[in-house]
This record gives sequence, structure tokens and C-alpha cells, in this order.
Amino acid sequence: MKQRHSFWHMWGWPIVLGVLTTFGLISALFSDGGLGDMLAWFALGVPVAVSGWYGWRRRS
Amino acid sequence: MNSRKIKTWAWVHKWSSLVCTVFMLLLCITGLPLIFHHEIGHLLGTEVESPKMPAHTPRVSLDRVLETARAKHPDRVVQFVSQPEDDDGLWFVTLTPTPAPTDDFKSVAVDARTGAVLAQPKLDEGFMYVMFKLHVDLFAGLAGKLFLGFMGLLLLVAIVSGVVLYAPFMRKLDFGTVRREKRPRLKWLDLHNLLGIVTLVWLFVVGSTGMINTWADLVIKYWQYDQLSALLAPYKNEPTVPVAQRASVQRSMEVALQQTPDMKLSFVAFPGTAFSSPHHTTFFMRGNEPFTSKLLQPVLVDAKTAQVTAAPKMPWYLTALLVSQPLHFGDYAGMPMQIIWALLDIATIIVLGSGLYLWLKRGNTVPAPAAPVAAGPGHRPQHGGQQPDPAPAMKVQA
Repeated sequence: MKQRHSFWHMWGWPIVLGVLTTFGLISALFSDGGLGDMLAWFALGVPVAVSGWYGWRRRS
Repeated sequence: MNSRKIKTWAWVHKWSSLVCTVFMLLLCITGLPLIFHHEIGHLLGTEVESPKMPAHTPRVSLDRVLETARAKHPDRVVQFVSQPEDDDGLWFVTLTPTPAPTDDFKSVAVDARTGAVLAQPKLDEGFMYVMFKLHVDLFAGLAGKLFLGFMGLLLLVAIVSGVVLYAPFMRKLDFGTVRREKRPRLKWLDLHNLLGIVTLVWLFVVGSTGMINTWADLVIKYWQYDQLSALLAPYKNEPTVPVAQRASVQRSMEVALQQTPDMKLSFVAFPGTAFSSPHHTTFFMRGNEPFTSKLLQPVLVDAKTAQVTAAPKMPWYLTALLVSQPLHFGDYAGMPMQIIWALLDIATIIVLGSGLYLWLKRGNTVPAPAAPVAAGPGHRPQHGGQQPDPAPAMKVQA
């Protein structure tokens, strides 16, 4: 077991997911059925997928 | 972070979440069907749509629409008239006993082309109404709203303290670790931390915009006081304009539309109602761009003379209120967004439920015989001796 994780090891993923969520929430505000909406689906879909992946995954 | 600080944050996290969890579970569960209220309305057949007609079929006068609606409820006054964003062949007329805010309203849907009554949707009964009321004010009016707003504030405190505690809990774990093979409490702790940190920004945004929405009534009252008082000085001591003395609403709408070219009508507030003044019919316009369509521009038209009195700019606090609405509802980017909203809502239910479980099961662990731990009120060790030593926060009551 590692002694202590670095800042980025611990916070890297949470920051990436937080930035993606923020981006997705805002991008759809400025679009009406266009590219912004699709970017939002992707950006907000990633946290959902991460939840599903780690939450459901059985230990292999 | 030393263990004293961790204990303080754990105390904040425990109490802020314990107080709000039951209400947050209620909000998450009632909010789930509300995400799809349009679609559910379609399925139940309660959603009113105007019959298809060529795009430029002439419209009947708005005055006639109002007469038709009043004839259905002669003992009531018209408070609002609105047009759905995606269907300008339809008017919804809202009638209440008086112009004062109330839950007792009747709605009449009138075809904008024929002037015929299409439906009288019953907005105050049924499954979706119960979900809506539980979600918005617990059937307790403004007090219920403000109470839920306060619960929302506690949720934000719980989120912030939860993020602070994430670090000591995850010190020796990789992102996404869920220790399924160990005791169930450990698995649920890991799931709580994982789903909590992943949905963090979304939940913070939905929680804070929900809290802002609970202040809507007060914000609008303040707007009247802040922005309309000066405009209304010339009308001092005059009563609310009686219906018989009002100018044509159709003409008023036309002058309001001239005042704001490139904008579309969102809704009309009649004299004496919360969104207008006693002396004006107020037309709320929305922009044509994706973003500006979410904002509103009020145009105050003198109810007697049908002259524009003013088109005041929306103050920042109303703009904030309006922008916070789509961010709370998740209704601004089509069905995939609604589905994502629902999934994140379910993830939140798991975070809340697992948090409650972790608290209920707090004492149900084997004390570590050889691991002395910092004493605290109600404190018990959380881990068995055979497991790798978890982070210090594990020893604190979560």
C-alpha cells in the first residue's frame, strides 16, 4: 500500500468530473437543440458512467 | 488535517445531513416524476395541445379569449394569461377568486385561432399535483417553501463538509475503490464517498438553485418594492383598476410587442396581481436566443390607457432566479438531459440512503482491541484489528 497519495492522485478525478459537470450544465444553457446540448449530454454523461462503472463493477 | 479538525468537520457533516436527509429523500423521490412531467402529462392525456392548423391562421383577439374564459368562471378574476413556449396556438387563462396570490386557481385553455375552449385542465389534483406540492412547499405555502429552502441550505453545508472529509477517508484508497469483500458498512461507506464525490457539482447546483427557487415569492415582492415603487408614484391613492375601466388587452399586447421587437410573449399579469402593479397590465417578454429565451423583459402597460409606462430592465436578482430555474429542472436540453437528471437523482438517493445507513450502523462494529483512539462523545472504534488501518477519519463517527 502506498504511503500517501499526492494531491492529484486523490483530487484528479473529482476535479475532472466537476469541471465536466460545470461545463455541461452551462453549455446547454446557450444552445437550443444544437451542439451545446450534445456537449452537455456527453459532459454530464461521464459522471453518470463513472458512477455506474465503479458502483456496479464486481471485483474481477 | 489533524484529527481535531476532522472531528469538527465530521460533526458538521453528521448533523447537517441528519437534519435534512429525510426531507432531501422526499425531494429526490418527488422530483423524479417531475423531471418527466411533460411526458407523463402526455401519457395521462392531461397535457393540452392545440389542434394542427396552418402556421399563419389568423388569431382571435385576446379580449375575446378572456371573455370566453371569464364566462366559464363568472365569479372569478383573471390573474394570468400565458402561452406555452412551443405552442402559440393556445392560451392558458388562470382565474382566481381575487388578484391576491392563492392556490385556488382554475385554468381554461382557449384555442388562439378559433377562440374555442379546448380544455379546463384540473391543475389541483392527481398524482403529479401531489408530487409537485410535496416537492415545492409540503402543502404549507410560503412557510413550507422557506422550510425546504433551509433544508437545502443544510444540504449545501453537508456537501461542503463531505468534500472536506473525502480527503482523510480516501488517503490510502484509489479513486473509485469499493471494498465489497469486507463488511457491508465498508462497502456502503465507499459507495457513499464515490457517488457523493462524482455527483458533487451537480447536486450542489441543483441544491442551490432549488434553494433560490424557494425565495421566488419574496424576490418578486422585493422587485415590486425596489423597482415599481417609483413608477407607481403618479398613481398614488388610486384603487386597482376595475375590469370595466380597462383598455383592450389585445391593444395593450400590441403596444407591448412594439416596445420589444424580436421578443415573444411569455405571459401577461393582470392589475393587482403579484407580478404586476394595481394600475398596469404587465407583459413579460422573452428573447429569441437560446439563453435570452430563459430571461424575461417586463413591459408595464397602463391598464386604463393602453400606453406603455415603462419596460424596466430585469434586476440581477430576478435574472439569477430565472437562470436558476432550468438548472434546477434539467428541462433545457431534451430527453437525454432529463434521463441524466433522473440517473443523477437516483445516485443522490443512494448517497442519502447510504449516509443514513452508515449513521444507523455506527455502533455495529467490532471494537479494535489494541487500537486506542481519540476519545469523543459517543465515540466508538470503527474497524477491526485484522484490516489495514484506515484513515484517521474512519475512527470518527461519520
